[in-house]
Amino acid sequence: MRLINQKVSRPAGLLLAAIPFIAIIILYVSASEMRLAENPQDKLLPSLARMGETFWRMATVPDRRSGELLLWKDTAASLSRLGAGVGISALLALLLGVPIGLIPKVRAVLSSFIATFSLIPPITVLPILFIAAGLGEVSKVALIIIGTAPVMIRAIALAVAELPAEILVKAQTLGASTWQIILRVVLPQIWPKLVVAIRLGLVPAWIFLISAEAIASTEGLGYRIFLVRRYLAMDVILPYVAWITLIAFLLDRTLLQSSKKLFRWAHLSGESF
Amino acid sequence: MFRQTLLKIASAAFAVSVLLAAPGADAAPKKEFKVCWSIYVGWMPWGEIQNSGLMKKWADKYGISVDIVQINDYIESINQYTAGEFDGCSMTNMDALSIPSGGGVDTTALIVGDYSNGNDGIVLKGKKELAGIKGQTVNLVELSVSHYLLVRALDSIGLAEKDITVVNTSDADMIAAYGTPDVSAVVTWNPLLSEIEGMPESYKVFDSSQTPGEIIDIMMVNTETLADNPDFGKALAGAWYEMMSIMSKDDSAGMDMRTAMAKASGTDLAGYDSQLASTAMFYEPAEAVSFTKDPALITTMDFVRKFLFDKGILGEGATSVDFVGIAFPGGKTLGDTGNIKLRFDPAYMEMAAAGKL
Repeated sequence: MRLINQKVSRPAGLLLAAIPFIAIIILYVSASEMRLAENPQDKLLPSLARMGETFWRMATVPDRRSGELLLWKDTAASLSRLGAGVGISALLALLLGVPIGLIPKVRAVLSSFIATFSLIPPITVLPILFIAAGLGEVSKVALIIIGTAPVMIRAIALAVAELPAEILVKAQTLGASTWQIILRVVLPQIWPKLVVAIRLGLVPAWIFLISAEAIASTEGLGYRIFLVRRYLAMDVILPYVAWITLIAFLLDRTLLQSSKKLFRWAHLSGESF
Repeated sequence: MFRQTLLKIASAAFAVSVLLAAPGADAAPKKEFKVCWSIYVGWMPWGEIQNSGLMKKWADKYGISVDIVQINDYIESINQYTAGEFDGCSMTNMDALSIPSGGGVDTTALIVGDYSNGNDGIVLKGKKELAGIKGQTVNLVELSVSHYLLVRALDSIGLAEKDITVVNTSDADMIAAYGTPDVSAVVTWNPLLSEIEGMPESYKVFDSSQTPGEIIDIMMVNTETLADNPDFGKALAGAWYEMMSIMSKDDSAGMDMRTAMAKASGTDLAGYDSQLASTAMFYEPAEAVSFTKDPALITTMDFVRKFLFDKGILGEGATSVDFVGIAFPGGKTLGDTGNIKLRFDPAYMEMAAAGKL
């Protein structure tokens, strides 16, 4: 049988998927053991046990300085910034994306502006944000919005523009107004697209969240990583990176699963990932 | 056949991972050395020692080669040294204790270059007294010497860190941050300090000249490398003190050197000289030797290690302030003598003072 026609059974698939993870862990552990054999206090490649201990300590033992559980404090701070930023971006995507995709006059005014705006590298706006909005939460959330909203708006606008013209014509022959078309025809079909836009927006959102927290903060996942970088605490940095990855993965899967549950009709055409 | 290939690939992968993971693992006598430095008043001479050919002159004398590399980011340079990429690096006494020594890399203070004598300071907006800092939000590079200075300053007026809020702010953004209305107190170092102090309604309420000799700038080297290769230490000390004697004079050679250093740190001769004025440079090796032998250094390091332990940055295994041992001249120590990782050793500065290099 040709290679392209050989299917993978589910258990074999799981096993194959595990290979790269296991390989990287083995490579890490052997490299770490070699360095630790030479210098038991080496900070560069701490052992898995040591990282586990540190992570556990940050999650369960109150910090000497502030008396708080750092992991949860950081996670809560970062997630609320991420939530506010991506939430506002999603709202903007709906409020602007739908009219841009549907109404030619709005499109004429806004589409090239948004396209141009989306080309500004958000990080370069950060110094301006600091001066305009101060160093507080506003600038951090604003950076996430500037970084994610334009792309999400464009994604929604494109999805609306791609709705089959027949459907719009049919709604009109049934006597629907523009407003009714938005509510009854466009929005129901756009929800799954909005979920996709949020999922894709989360990737840059994390980047901007961490960058903003690195510059001026008192808490947050990115803050912690850049703080402990000062004394090369890889036993904090590596688990934090894994933790961020895990949260990002869970957020993404949750969005996908809820989309599958809520909008089954949008996931009919085979595999979705 | 297939198995053999697989074995080959596996062993190649292993070899690559060894190479990746263990830079600087070999301790055999070597001929080529690398040290790093970053931008700071007291470290600018390292750049000129390399550029002017002084380093080559002294390295040739001992039949070795020494490469002096500038790293843009201070913390990154220390991390690189700690990871084994460099045999030595310029850093402060505090960062040496928390990063390489706390990380188990046995480190020796080869050349004690200077101490900050006003180069680090606290600036308040609209308040002329240090007491005005109470209840304020203070922007600084957290866990740095700025943080240390802040704690010492608060201590001096009976306040503690809980009386203020510390916001970690990158040094690169410090000036822009100070320009925003919600930043009213910062702790920073030169050249940023003089820039910020010069802004309207800004008052320097505390600086390192009130805690003299506590923030020390040192060329730190790997103890093992130094023990195996004393010529490396001799070449560095020889080049450094020749540069010190050149740049400390106000003749044309000295002015030329200082102008070059000023340019490399983004200012002019007058600006660099004013930064030097708040730096207590040890131009004579004998001064550095007596500073290193002074019992006051032990008191200072005791402050520093207590600060580091209080902030939880003395290393993961640090269950007490004594975890990392520090050795001083004359056999005196602080902390665990079985785990000495930071050594103040005036031997090479003494050789320079005696003209034996």
